[in-house]
Parts: sequence; structure tokens; C-alpha cells
Amino acid sequence: MATSTAHAPARKSFYRGGEGMFTWVLHRVTGVLIFVFLFAHIVDTSLIVVSPQLYDGVIEVYHHPLIKLMEIGLVVAVLYHACNGIRVTLVDFWSKGAQRNRGMMRVQRVVFVALSAGAAIPMTLQLINDL
Amino acid sequence: MTQLNTAENRSRAMQPARQRTSSNTELYSWIFMRVSGILLVLLLFGHLWIMHLIEGGVSRVNFAFVAGRLASPFWQTYDWALLFLATIHGMNGMRIIISDYVRTPQKRFWAKMALYATAGFMLLLGTLVIVTFDPALPLEG
Repeated sequence: MATSTAHAPARKSFYRGGEGMFTWVLHRVTGVLIFVFLFAHIVDTSLIVVSPQLYDGVIEVYHHPLIKLMEIGLVVAVLYHACNGIRVTLVDFWSKGAQRNRGMMRVQRVVFVALSAGAAIPMTLQLINDL
Repeated sequence: MTQLNTAENRSRAMQPARQRTSSNTELYSWIFMRVSGILLVLLLFGHLWIMHLIEGGVSRVNFAFVAGRLASPFWQTYDWALLFLATIHGMNGMRIIISDYVRTPQKRFWAKMALYATAGFMLLLGTLVIVTFDPALPLEG
């Protein structure tokens, strides 16, 4: 570690591109995406107190096939954020969390892929069915 | 500001931050993220399952469907808990991101004020909708 940085210009970047860095970046990116959607979702749902016609008209947007593709992306983003968040919580609160981190990262990958497939496949089939 | 990034300088920079504060706000924020995160996993999985996966998912969501759900005190409580946990969890995450990337104190202050105003708006609007929703709203025309 010291040899690789000894000749590098000082403080170009902290980032070293390890696996943990990517989970950290993805956690942030998915978190921001979900928060932006949450804002839109609260505003669109609020139309329900204005009028049924207005609400149904706006909700129609979510029934568009292109938006349904984004919906699948949203569900996958939530699943990633959830899986990674559970691992981070276990690292922090479980007495063996830190030393088992590598193994938990592998489990996280498997669980995330399985849950994503479990959600994305039926949602894609539904999307095709609704076309 | 061309300070060498030595361990000594780093620790000097870190020390005053801990000494400047007499509260444990950041500790509570850290605990809240984990506790709310676990609760959100449970609540959100139910929400995603019902709204996006079963019985045609979002295709069947319309006024009548949501009206039926919001008529029940159980789903009112469920959605209200989801609203508060998700908004505050998201707000706190965004606050940490602002602290990381917005470097001048002034910009940081205004970015956080904008964030808190947005989150307040989300909580207020969401609560208003759950509390004032009238399922008997007439379908005109």
C-alpha cells in the first residue's frame, strides 16, 4: 500500500476502488434516487384529496410502459439499498459483523440478485401483458 | 490551503470538531438511520409487494383502489409510518451527503435549509392527505 502511493502526487484522491467503495457509492446513488422519487410520489398521491379525475389522470403516467421500466429500476434500487443497509447495520451492531464483512458481501450479492430477479421478472411479464 | 495531509494534521483537524460540540446529535442520527432502516425494510417490502407485484401491480392502482385502502385505519397508520420514516431517513441521508460535498459554510447552510424545507413540506403534505382524505369524494362528470 505504501509503495503504490509513495511516488503518487499527494492527496489526489482518497478512493482506492475496492469493493466497499462501490457498495458505498451505490448506497448513496440509490438513496438519492429513492428520495427524489419519494418527493414526486408524495406530491402525486396528494392529488387524491383534490379530485378522483385529476388523480386518475396523473396516475395514468405510471401505467405507461416506459415509466414501468423505470418502476422496475426503482424497485431494484430499493432492494439494493435495503440489502446493503442491512449489511452495514450488521457490521455496526453484530459483534462478529466486521470480521464477517467479506462473507456478508457475498451473501448480499446473492440475496440482492435473487430478490431483484424475483421482482423484475414478474414485473416485466406484467408489463408485456399490459401492452 | 496547502496543508500536508499528515496523520498529525488530520488528528488536529478532527479534535476540535468533537470538542466543539457538547451534544450527541450525530450519534442519535447514526442510530436512527439503522433503526429506521430496519423498520423501512419491513414496511417497504409490504408496500412494494402490494402496490408493485401482486394482482397486476401498479396497473390496477387508481382512485378507487387507493380510496379503498385509505379507508382502513390500519393502512392509514401503515402509510403514515412509511411517510415519516422514509422522509426523515431520506432527509438525514441527504444531510450527510450535503455535509460531504458542499464545502463552504454559507452554501452548506442554504443547502440544508432547502433540504429541511423540502422534507417539512413532504411530511406536512403527506400527513394532510392521510388525515383529510375523504373516500366519498364524488366522481363528477
